[in-house]
Amino acid sequence: MTSAVLRESAADPATPSVRAALQDPPWVRATLIALALGFVSLFLLLPLLAVFAQAFSGGLATYFAAITDPIALQAIRLTLIVAAISVPLNAVFGVSAAWAIARFDFRGKNLLITLIDLPFAVSPVISGLIFVLLFGAQGLLGPWLIEHGIKIIFAVPGILLATTFITFPFVARELIPLMQEQGSEEEEAAISLGASGWQMFRRVTLPNIRLGLLYGIVLLNARAMGEFGAVSVVSGHIRGKTNTIPLHVEILYNEYQSSAAFAVASLLALLALVTLVAKRVLEWQIRREKQS
Amino acid sequence: MSIEVRELWKRFGDFTALRDVSLHVEPGELLALLGPSGSGKTTLLRLIAGLERPDSGTISFEGEDATERSVRERRVGFVFQHYALFRHMTVFENVAFGLRVRPHARRPSESQIQARVHELLDLVQLEGLARRMPTQLSGGQRQRVALARALAVQPRVLLLDEPFGALDARVRRELRRWLRKLHDELGITSLFVTHDQEEALELADRVVVVNEGRIEQVGAPDEVYRRPATPFVFGFLGEANWLSTTVDGRKARVGFRPDDLELSLTPLDGHAFPARVSRVQSLGGRAKLELMSANGGLVQADVPAERVRSLSLSPGAEVYAAPRELQVFFEDASAK
Repeated sequence: MTSAVLRESAADPATPSVRAALQDPPWVRATLIALALGFVSLFLLLPLLAVFAQAFSGGLATYFAAITDPIALQAIRLTLIVAAISVPLNAVFGVSAAWAIARFDFRGKNLLITLIDLPFAVSPVISGLIFVLLFGAQGLLGPWLIEHGIKIIFAVPGILLATTFITFPFVARELIPLMQEQGSEEEEAAISLGASGWQMFRRVTLPNIRLGLLYGIVLLNARAMGEFGAVSVVSGHIRGKTNTIPLHVEILYNEYQSSAAFAVASLLALLALVTLVAKRVLEWQIRREKQS
Repeated sequence: MSIEVRELWKRFGDFTALRDVSLHVEPGELLALLGPSGSGKTTLLRLIAGLERPDSGTISFEGEDATERSVRERRVGFVFQHYALFRHMTVFENVAFGLRVRPHARRPSESQIQARVHELLDLVQLEGLARRMPTQLSGGQRQRVALARALAVQPRVLLLDEPFGALDARVRRELRRWLRKLHDELGITSLFVTHDQEEALELADRVVVVNEGRIEQVGAPDEVYRRPATPFVFGFLGEANWLSTTVDGRKARVGFRPDDLELSLTPLDGHAFPARVSRVQSLGGRAKLELMSANGGLVQADVPAERVRSLSLSPGAEVYAAPRELQVFFEDASAK
């Protein structure tokens, strides 16, 4: 951020005095850069390397044995299923919520904006507990659910609910400011030219928000696959049934199978790297689109 | 196509944007909605387009009530103030949009779309720019793309919101003449919103002066300029001097233009009043003077510079000022 600002002002000959005013003495800059790099290495890079080092410490064969273990495969499958359902769900919800907030004025709009942020504000463990209190055997709706043979807590639906709840704000938060900034004139133009509501959305709205939407989905997906706290509360840790990748890692680690734990964890670390690259590429594209 | 607006009211929360507005638009007419910002002129345009719904009142097109009709059904071409071009589409696709979204049965074939779009781009003199993106165009070019896009659907009426507002002065004058020519060629009923009185007077067949949600006057440019119905119209259409006086025993405000003042050293006629020059500012061929009239009112005068020299006027000089033309507004009558 700072370097981008400096580069921009350096490229602009009209503001030499501003540039000089922003220039700190060399030792200040060197110290700040060293601090930032040191912090990133110590707290982010080193652990990431450690994950991979540990994962491969037992050799390649052990690594693949750990991730192709049937129970590990089941955890991977469940994680993918949960992501495959909660990501589209929250993408649709995020677009609708952003649309409602950016395009209409209505009573309770501010309340809605606040509520969208709720999952970020509440500890994930509490989020999980809310669902246990609602749908658990002793919960509010428990007796009714048992009567009708519906299992939510300690089953896949509970994991889905918790994940969807936790990841609910990503897309909406990304799109609300974007759609507010773009305004509704293009959409009004589309309607005045005879487009139906759906044609307007598909041909005008969606292409305009697509990068922001993708950005939100990338972050949403990473969180949906990596969520631990809330899922841990509602899952019940039934091996081979209700374990997602993060829960499986925890179980392996607690059972002192550390190289297997790290092998499975490396999958999540890999997801993180892919997410970061995708995020970066999207940021570049968004900036390019803004500049043109 | 004729448009009939009757007793239109529109409120936004506590703000009343339009109060009991009625207006008749003749087929083929080019009409200007002129007023200061916040006067309700854009709201009136958006109501006619169907982009807003009135709280009460009716809008009919060609005698047919269109108040409940949606924007899609009204077949109006709307040109937005900031053009609202689809930012991810080329110029060609922008213009083709209205044809592509038609229902299957009425959608032209690809070759028909090609032909129609090129014809329109030719009309707005942008033939070579079909493949450009909106961001690669100048303001005037974007404006013309927006116009071609609106015309593509063969609208029954063309509505333009501050069509020249975002352009620089030179391009604005050029486009103004061009738009007038285009209107005369196509003969499509058109309304445009502007806050620039010069633009309204030069371009429009008739001018609708709007203020605080009400129509102050409707008339030909010369009519609203020469025979303003209210003090507001007189003041908004040009610089104005005001004097309070009594005419035939009734209290009245008298208005006259700075460039309608005749200055002399002796009283010329019955309207002449004595004044003292307090400031002289020479601007090339014209000179602007500030006069203090005998009853204490400040009067602006705009006369040929040569006149100032021949009368050798300088601050402190005593002169007689005679308005060639003046407007009398009786206080009791102008309750508006």
